Amino acid sequence: MLRFVVRRLLLLIPILIGLSVLLFAWVRALPGGPAQALLGERATPDAVAQLNELYGFDRPILQQYVSYLWRVVQGDLGVSTTTRRPVTEELVRLFPATIELSLFALVIAVGLGIPLGYVAARRHLTWVDSSAVLASLLGVTIPVFFLGFILKYIFAVQLAWLPATGRQDPRLFTEHPTGFYVLDGFLVGRPDAALDAFLHLILPAAALATIPLAIIARITRASVLDVVNEDYVRTADAKGLSQGTITRRHVLRNALLPVVTVIGLQIGLLLSGAVLTETVFAFPGVGSFLVDAISTRDYAVVQGFILVIAVIVVVVNLLVDISYGLIDPRMRTTTILQAPSVGAGSGGSGV
Amino acid sequence: MPAATPGSLESLGSHPAAEPSPDLPPGEAGTSLGREAIRRVVRDPLALVGAFLVVGFVVVAVFAPFLAPFGPNDRVGAVTPTTIPGPSAEHWFGLDSLGRDELSRVIYGARQSLLVGVVSLLLGATVGISVGLLAGAFGGWVDALVMRITDIMLSIPGLLFAIGIAAVLGRSLLSVMIAIAVVNVPIFVRLLRGAMLAQRGSDYVVAVRSLGVRDRDVVLGHILPNSLSPVIVQGTLTLATAIVDAAALAFLGLSGEDPAVPEWGRMLAETQRFLASAPHLAFFPGAAIVLAALGFTLLGESMREALDPKYRR
Repeated sequence: MLRFVVRRLLLLIPILIGLSVLLFAWVRALPGGPAQALLGERATPDAVAQLNELYGFDRPILQQYVSYLWRVVQGDLGVSTTTRRPVTEELVRLFPATIELSLFALVIAVGLGIPLGYVAARRHLTWVDSSAVLASLLGVTIPVFFLGFILKYIFAVQLAWLPATGRQDPRLFTEHPTGFYVLDGFLVGRPDAALDAFLHLILPAAALATIPLAIIARITRASVLDVVNEDYVRTADAKGLSQGTITRRHVLRNALLPVVTVIGLQIGLLLSGAVLTETVFAFPGVGSFLVDAISTRDYAVVQGFILVIAVIVVVVNLLVDISYGLIDPRMRTTTILQAPSVGAGSGGSGV
Repeated sequence: MPAATPGSLESLGSHPAAEPSPDLPPGEAGTSLGREAIRRVVRDPLALVGAFLVVGFVVVAVFAPFLAPFGPNDRVGAVTPTTIPGPSAEHWFGLDSLGRDELSRVIYGARQSLLVGVVSLLLGATVGISVGLLAGAFGGWVDALVMRITDIMLSIPGLLFAIGIAAVLGRSLLSVMIAIAVVNVPIFVRLLRGAMLAQRGSDYVVAVRSLGVRDRDVVLGHILPNSLSPVIVQGTLTLATAIVDAAALAFLGLSGEDPAVPEWGRMLAETQRFLASAPHLAFFPGAAIVLAALGFTLLGESMREALDPKYRR
């Protein structure tokens, strides 16, 4: 087992190095060269020369890469050209919002996806199953931003039940010690603020949850269908065990294994879906900041954010891989990272 | 999602076993997996809905000038930001914020979507299949290197990857197509390589090898054709994601340089301000994206189920 974990950890190194090479090359491929790209269009020649000097863009490329890697390892992701603040600082400021949103979306996706998939499988070849399959296909197809519009129009504009934009009513003037607004509300003794933050989360989280929900429902359905046809389930049935016991002890316990993996793999989808969802709902997180950075060509921010998000995805995939190996010894010989397309199939790119 | 169970697809493509033997009675000829798959797709109502949507989408895109009641940029009515007329007998989808016929713009938008979808699929699949073929055929360090590179590419969420590429290439339709294609390359590489690996040890490969067939002919003539069916399924699904991805990039402001060309994603983005007064402007292009993508998804999923014996219960 230890060998398995160590091998997985070693596999991480080439991926992380490759990622850094890719992003390093990316800034150098941008129109105008790296200094121009990092400083923005209005950079003076002096400023460009200064940055060339500081980051050594005129030195040999290998030396540049090593110093880039060294800066990144130390947590220096450069300076945003629009806010003039370090990219790392911006990330620390904005990530809690995106994590809060993604976690809430994940709770919705898991909480509805597993029961939906389970019910569909148990009603296999009935209209319940067919409509669940159709709904999940629709779920992976509908663009997050379009669904966001629909939800916003119905629940915010027409019914006025929920707020349409933002994370919290600015008139609440509450403090945010952690940046997780729902949690902060309780921490500073303002349950009204927590409730308000929670209400602001519902629509964006519902929009963001659809694709993972649909994928989780499909995997659960397929997996339950596989398991109910296994011999041991028939044996359990023949032994005279109650349906409830069979479901709990034999069907769900085995069927949910692949589902757990897929849940882990949704992190990438959630983070890229957040880019669009946050834009639709003007939700001040990493995603909407990234979109602003693209339109203002704030490439230091784009580079830093993509790097951090990719590292998160890689690390989460690795943890899923390792935990799956812990649960199921058969998995120690192959890797989930190598299994084609658990998330790729028709899961789309999180849009 | 059992996306790739390639080992089970071996009698598709050009493998001799897929050909019905002339000795069989006529009724038995339909038992080959390939024909069986076609029969299953044709019988599946979801596949028919998918095919109908796909054909409709292609027809609308190709014959847009004949189907659209107005030109995509003709200003056919008077509008102000607060009074944008919704659907009426004359303008089925209403007018947009510049007084243009929304139906005509949605119809013309299909062209852009189809173009981006098909070109990016062809680009991505061609490169992906070539690289996957190399990895699957050579194995060893070539395979290891290719797999590590795809690992790296897949670690960046697709949309973010596409955004990065589009930023490097500048704002144009071609750069959107290349961006979406690049994102799809590792998916095709993995799929084909996995399918080929699964075929490598199978009996018929051992048989042709033992007959003294050259390695190149074993790979190109036998393993590759028998590994293509998951790739074809993925291609159909990729058209769906390419259409949605292109819309997402356009929604984020990364699309063709000419704002006069109707594009569903951009049409959606431009209507954000009018959501309260003119919801039809968001609804119709959005619904068009969903229907087009759903068509390819339904078709692809039905093909996958038909080709995969695991689904035959």
